[in-house]
Amino acid sequence: MSATFRIAGAGRLKQAKIAGFSFDGRPYTGIEGDTLASALLANGVHLVGRSFKYHRPRGFLSAGAEEPNALVEIKRDQARKTPNVRATVQELYDGLTAQSQNRWPSLAFDIGAVSSIASPMLSAGFYYKTFMWPKAAWKNLYEPKIRAAAGLGVAPDQPDPDHYSARFAHCEVLVLGGGAAGIAAALAAAETGARIILADEQAEFGGSLRFESGAKIEGQDGFSWAQSAVAKLSAMDNVRVLPRTTAFGYYAQNFVGLVERVSDHLQNPGRDLPRERLWQVRAKRVVLATGAIERHMVFADNDRPGIMLAAAARTYLNHYGVAVGRNVGVYTANDSAYAAAIDLKRAGINVAAIVDLRDNPTGPVIDEARALGIEVNFGRAVIRAGGKLRVSSMTVQPKNGGGERTMPVDAILMSAGWTPSVHLFSQSRGKVAFNDETKRFVPGIYAQDCVSVGACNGTDGLLATIDEAYAAGAKAAKDAGSKPAKGTKPKVDADESWSRGMLGAAPGAGADTTVKAFVDFQNDVTAKDIRQAVHEGMRSIEHVKRFTTNGMATDQGKTSNMHGLAIAAETLGKPIPQVGLTTFRAPYTPVTFGSIVGHARGPLFDPTRKTAIHPWAERQGAMFEDVGQWKRAWYFPKPGEDIHAAVDRECVTVRKTAGLFDASTLGKIEVVGPDAAKFMELLYTNPWEKLEPGRCRYGIMLREDGFIYDDGVVGRLAADRFHVTTTTGGAPRVMNHMEDYLQTEFPHLNVWLTSITEQWAVIAVQGPKSRDIIAPLVEGIDMSDEALPHMSVREGRICGVPTRLFRMSFSGERGFEVNVPADYGEAVWEALWAESQKHGACAYGTESMHVLRAEKGYIIVGQDTDGTVTPNDAGLDWAVGKKKTDFVGIRGMARPDLVAKGRKQLVGLKTRDPKVVLEEGAQVVADPKQAIPMKMIGHVTSSYWSQNCGRSIALGLVAGGRDRMGETLYVPMPDGVVELEVTGMVFFDEKGERLNG
Amino acid sequence: MLLIRCPYCEEERPELEFRNAGEAHIVRSPNIAGESDDDFEKFFFIRSNPKGIIYERWRHMHGCARFFNAVRDTVSDRFLMTYKAGEPKPTKLPGAAK
Repeated sequence: MSATFRIAGAGRLKQAKIAGFSFDGRPYTGIEGDTLASALLANGVHLVGRSFKYHRPRGFLSAGAEEPNALVEIKRDQARKTPNVRATVQELYDGLTAQSQNRWPSLAFDIGAVSSIASPMLSAGFYYKTFMWPKAAWKNLYEPKIRAAAGLGVAPDQPDPDHYSARFAHCEVLVLGGGAAGIAAALAAAETGARIILADEQAEFGGSLRFESGAKIEGQDGFSWAQSAVAKLSAMDNVRVLPRTTAFGYYAQNFVGLVERVSDHLQNPGRDLPRERLWQVRAKRVVLATGAIERHMVFADNDRPGIMLAAAARTYLNHYGVAVGRNVGVYTANDSAYAAAIDLKRAGINVAAIVDLRDNPTGPVIDEARALGIEVNFGRAVIRAGGKLRVSSMTVQPKNGGGERTMPVDAILMSAGWTPSVHLFSQSRGKVAFNDETKRFVPGIYAQDCVSVGACNGTDGLLATIDEAYAAGAKAAKDAGSKPAKGTKPKVDADESWSRGMLGAAPGAGADTTVKAFVDFQNDVTAKDIRQAVHEGMRSIEHVKRFTTNGMATDQGKTSNMHGLAIAAETLGKPIPQVGLTTFRAPYTPVTFGSIVGHARGPLFDPTRKTAIHPWAERQGAMFEDVGQWKRAWYFPKPGEDIHAAVDRECVTVRKTAGLFDASTLGKIEVVGPDAAKFMELLYTNPWEKLEPGRCRYGIMLREDGFIYDDGVVGRLAADRFHVTTTTGGAPRVMNHMEDYLQTEFPHLNVWLTSITEQWAVIAVQGPKSRDIIAPLVEGIDMSDEALPHMSVREGRICGVPTRLFRMSFSGERGFEVNVPADYGEAVWEALWAESQKHGACAYGTESMHVLRAEKGYIIVGQDTDGTVTPNDAGLDWAVGKKKTDFVGIRGMARPDLVAKGRKQLVGLKTRDPKVVLEEGAQVVADPKQAIPMKMIGHVTSSYWSQNCGRSIALGLVAGGRDRMGETLYVPMPDGVVELEVTGMVFFDEKGERLNG
Repeated sequence: MLLIRCPYCEEERPELEFRNAGEAHIVRSPNIAGESDDDFEKFFFIRSNPKGIIYERWRHMHGCARFFNAVRDTVSDRFLMTYKAGEPKPTKLPGAAK
């Protein structure tokens, strides 16, 4: 189809650059520089969508970001399809593929439109009232059906292959909006040398200068001036100009979120460009130059395709060279629609009539329209529109009633006036004020360092706007600390100006009839719905909004909020300011998840920590588990082994010969200084002053409330130096806890804390052959039991590199933990591994480590404790210094509840059937025959199959557990009750002889 | 995202670098083991949670790592001032008149 509605000589696009595209499978051509909307209109296509609730045919209302109707899906490939794209902002490129949404089987014939026939039943609050019974049916029946029938586009079902970037930026003056006001403010501010960012959501700067054919600045037409002014700004080092960039959120302390659409307008974006870029800007001053949005007239069937805002039709003509019809009607309550009618008439389009709701308006545009031979009717209303898939007529009547007259039209241009865009101002927590004379909310009390200029401030006319904006730009730069500069304010040679208009329903919206006079197009809210909401008792505008969903669609009521408010106010019989305005919330227009997520996805979502020995474990075919951010070797399966077989073999091997275990992830903190021992006394329950250098102790850390916070073996390297180990997951919080007390409660102590987790790789060698494996590689340390007894530490060398060699055990076997600088970790491991193979030892992972420690009844903080367990509960009273007068938790431990009888205590649990392995987390009861809900007296914290014991073993927290030794308790499970016996916590080598075995 | 002035670094840094650490000016008794249950309850459990001015602790976690104190208005989220740990609770607050 040829572009028959393109007017030769009109618009600013270069006719030479043709772009082919398709809509719903049909091929069309447009011109580069078109939006999808202007290109479709050039082909005479108005019907582009179906409405959300009633599936009514819809066309383009606007030419910008406020568009409620023309939402389409843009598809580049199967993974890159974007639903709900406003056709009015999507720039055309050659090969663009667009689809309409929310229709079946086709746009022109949509089965869902039957809901339009049933629509008297579907009025405001219908869902709330109708689908309440039976209750379960809402989730399973009503909601899925309603969601399928009402809706927007469909989200893609594949991962997003595009990438998104993000930048932080700082500037003195951030100017939001690149129309005449924004450009003038940016010029004034930029002349001072201050850092300026100027952003506009459109591809080209100019704002309303795109359609204001009457504007002349500096001897040029307005739009040309805007381009040369922005070119001048772009060339300045201190100015960053961001087109296609929407300020979507205004946050505390002049922190503004912008999203820049980098490549959605390109035919072949390539892989180098991100799709979008998120800018997080901190500005000393913000200039809001966000303009105003035209409102539609609320009358019967005002949603028929071909009915649109007057300034939109003017934009399509003056910028894109496209006529929105051949015989247009105009319905207005303000002057701006006259300018549209005049421009169209001059371009050769027939204007059937201007219908003006006002009684006797005067002004140059009215005279001009009449001089051009356009029929102008005052005091009349369009009471309904004819046509279905496209408007075909408008019916006019005197506004106070009388004879009707229907005239054929193929488009209706409407204007009820202009609503200042105070969205960002309101998001900044500024308070708007209602101007009763001009019937609009304008910025009132400011909450942040920002200023509004131009149309968004209620300033009418280009001359006044440029005056105001230029002064505000200069002042913003000065207030941000820049030196004033002598600049030249742009000179306005010719002006366009209008204000006023009407709010609420026009006569054509009917009283309480069945007419559909739309207030909110996107959510299908009519004037009747809002009146009904008030009649049903809604008083606050916030309630009216939620009951009717007015303004709750993705366009956030940019065109509908003021009309809805006015209708509610009229029905309530209250003035508008008393009814109040709903809150403006971010984002201003929809923002993709991609731009917020940026690069933080997949492997970059969260850091992955790997130990120095990780590559070796990978080569051995280890299975890994995530522990916090760490990857830990879980088990080392041999061919044909599952996890159970591998763990059984590893556990038996460790106790028979030896095993190597990568313990590098343990948190490690060095506590150094003259007062190090005093500090340790305060942070741990144990006594430290008398611990000799070269010895180790198992330490327990509490919170002030007396509950166990962390544990670990601490080695005293010297009188003033402790090597503290923490749990893998607890390292950062333990460090924070220590720093907190050192800095704020015990600042008199001369101590330094250093995290050394990453500095030392730790290789645990456990088992009867452990000393034989290590000894040949060690220099300068006497490895005999006398010189290096259990729980001691020495510094020396292993494989020629420094080591802190701990004699300690988390398996119950003779054991060592070899600390070496992380860079040598893998090499030392390889050497120990080679040595270990002479003895038939194995490598083992975290699963076997857990089983081995459970066999010995060693607890894991965070598994066997949960933040409500005291040292006594865990059977660790021996580790609390009885003579100490102070440590963190000493008072909390003595609270009445913590010393009361019957607390849950950690005990061993043996199933009567040794083959049954309990579920961790399973609840323990005393009587399995009692009625449900049963009284639960505890739960299982650790449970494993122990090949070394030849049976299952478990630990659990049980009320009064230590007084129940030998008692039979029960774990009710879905497939039967498990019987168990309460025992001590040590299942293997109860006397602990193997530590020196 | 708020800007917070670290009194040790002596500059405003983004909120991302900081961690809140609860209410400030709650003194741990040097004789904590001898405190009554009521006193310990007040010290450990009871917090003021005001609508308006709050004195609270922050840590410049991803900066100098120091703990410091701040005065913040919980209504506007505005920081009135920050000061070093151990300094007395300020009696005069800048810009707190309204």
